[in-house]
Amino acid sequence: MSEPLDEILNVVVGNFNQWITIFLMVAGLYVVVARGNMVKKLVGLSIFQTSVYLLYISPGKILGGTPPIITDGVEVYSNPLPHVLILTAIVVGVATLALGLGLVVRINEAYGTIEEEEIFDQGSDE
Amino acid sequence: MTGEGLTLAQQLPALQIVLPLTGAALCALIDRRNVGWAIATLVSFAMPVISVMLLIQVLTTGPVSYAFGGWEPPYGIEYRVDVINGFLLVLISLMGAVVMPYARRSVASEIAENKQAWFYCVYLLCLAGLLGMAITGDAFNAFVFMEVSSLSMYVLIALGNDRRALVAAYQYLILGTIGATFYVIGVGLLFAMTGTLNFVDMAERIVAVEQTRPVLAALAFITVGMCLKLALFPLHVWLPNAYTGAPSVATVFIASTATKVAVYLLLRYYYSIFGAAFVFDDLPVTPILLILSLAGMFVASAVAIFQSNIKRMLAYSSVAQIGYITLGMAEATRLGLTGSIVHLFNHAMMKGALFMVMGCIAYRIGNCRLNNMAGIGRRMPVTMAAFVIAGLSLIGVPGTVGFISKWYLALAAFENGWWWLAFLIMGSSFLAVIYIGRVIEMAWFREPTGPAAEATEPPLSMLIPTWILAGACIVFGLDAEMTAGVAAQAADALFAGLR
Repeated sequence: MSEPLDEILNVVVGNFNQWITIFLMVAGLYVVVARGNMVKKLVGLSIFQTSVYLLYISPGKILGGTPPIITDGVEVYSNPLPHVLILTAIVVGVATLALGLGLVVRINEAYGTIEEEEIFDQGSDE
Repeated sequence: MTGEGLTLAQQLPALQIVLPLTGAALCALIDRRNVGWAIATLVSFAMPVISVMLLIQVLTTGPVSYAFGGWEPPYGIEYRVDVINGFLLVLISLMGAVVMPYARRSVASEIAENKQAWFYCVYLLCLAGLLGMAITGDAFNAFVFMEVSSLSMYVLIALGNDRRALVAAYQYLILGTIGATFYVIGVGLLFAMTGTLNFVDMAERIVAVEQTRPVLAALAFITVGMCLKLALFPLHVWLPNAYTGAPSVATVFIASTATKVAVYLLLRYYYSIFGAAFVFDDLPVTPILLILSLAGMFVASAVAIFQSNIKRMLAYSSVAQIGYITLGMAEATRLGLTGSIVHLFNHAMMKGALFMVMGCIAYRIGNCRLNNMAGIGRRMPVTMAAFVIAGLSLIGVPGTVGFISKWYLALAAFENGWWWLAFLIMGSSFLAVIYIGRVIEMAWFREPTGPAAEATEPPLSMLIPTWILAGACIVFGLDAEMTAGVAAQAADALFAGLR
């Protein structure tokens, strides 16, 4: 009788990391699309990028696995490659965020605002 | 293969990346605009030599594999050159070399003096990123190079002297990052399913898991991500503003290379990794690409007709031309793919020439507004003649490169029995007649007035590169043996797959 409940629990708990990943991904993307403030957009973009870190790292961890250093009595190792990849991705994310914020500073100097709507109102004078 | 005992010839793939990166670091450290230009020119001239040697090597002895740092593939990062990316490397490096002599005067007139050395630094980073995307045989490495090229492109665009360039760069940053992140999500799913990042290895291992849901999701993510990068309609919104706002030199370079590399990467995934049968027979990729390509060809061309800024008009035309490239992809036959690949090259030639003409005009009259161009053809006849040639090429007049691409695309349409498609290809050419015709009418058939009346021919250092590209539109249009021949071989190689 509790079988459907178990199934639901399995889907939720068994894929917990994936649910969080998807939540962050969609939330980040939503902020990028829905907000007009350029800094807030960048915050959303960062959340969106961060969700990918979780996507990569989660399957790399094996329950009961150790870091991949060969020692006696250890059979199961976690995959170290996702961590290395994500280290690179974090650097890329930081660079993107820094450049984005730099652009926003310049936009603020040039337009006096960082709200997209107000910028488009000013920019349509061509 | 270990790190020792390699001759210089075997190091060629690494040099494609190492030279521009070193050059970029030097430009940043020395921070003198003339030195920066000299370094960038030296590197840009060395690149085509290397890439042509690589392509010749590939054409004679087959794909070249280079284990970076001596780590054997598939464990280490592999640089792998076959016909298609060899062709692309030649295209990118040639464009880089043609752009550099042109850049000196144009950059000097458009960018603040203390930023010019940085322009060359960022340009070299962009070159390294694009070449890296093309040459690497590693899915994640491709992402890193994609971001290297994209980040430097955002900076190149933001260096434009109009404040709208900043907003354009910001928009491109947001959309470009979303595209790259989509790509990396796709790669992550593929990595989780196959356990490898090496293209060749992945192509072998994916067969066993091809019908699973993560692989399908990966295909979707990579498709959307790359289509954002290559500006397939309706994901093109970043492109017109970016091309309009960027400095002339940056527009020439970005317009003729950046979207092409994204197309290459998508081709690589569709044909080499997922396999043409899986993508085009099992999944409805053909109708999706076909509809979007056609929509791009017509809508973007129609929008181009109503632009008052010619740079923006050409940017919309680029979106339409991307439609031709993806159209060839959607046809999914050897002929269609040949048309698609040859159009990568041909479009780079003609759009490069057209944007260079715009750079010459901006150098003389300060902007690219159609109203200011009345009669400019009489004051700058040599420059505007190049516009006419490249413009005819864009329309697809026989004897120019544009005709070659459309010929292959139309042949492929007939081969598939889609005769209506051939007519649509013709129909969208008529839209090109209108928007190119507007400029020609304004430039040649009016009395020179306003700023155009005082305009004179630009310096030779700008005129000669413009004419090299305009000349290429004719030369490769009359004798397509070389370009279409290599493109056909590349199409064969793609259909043969990596397995």
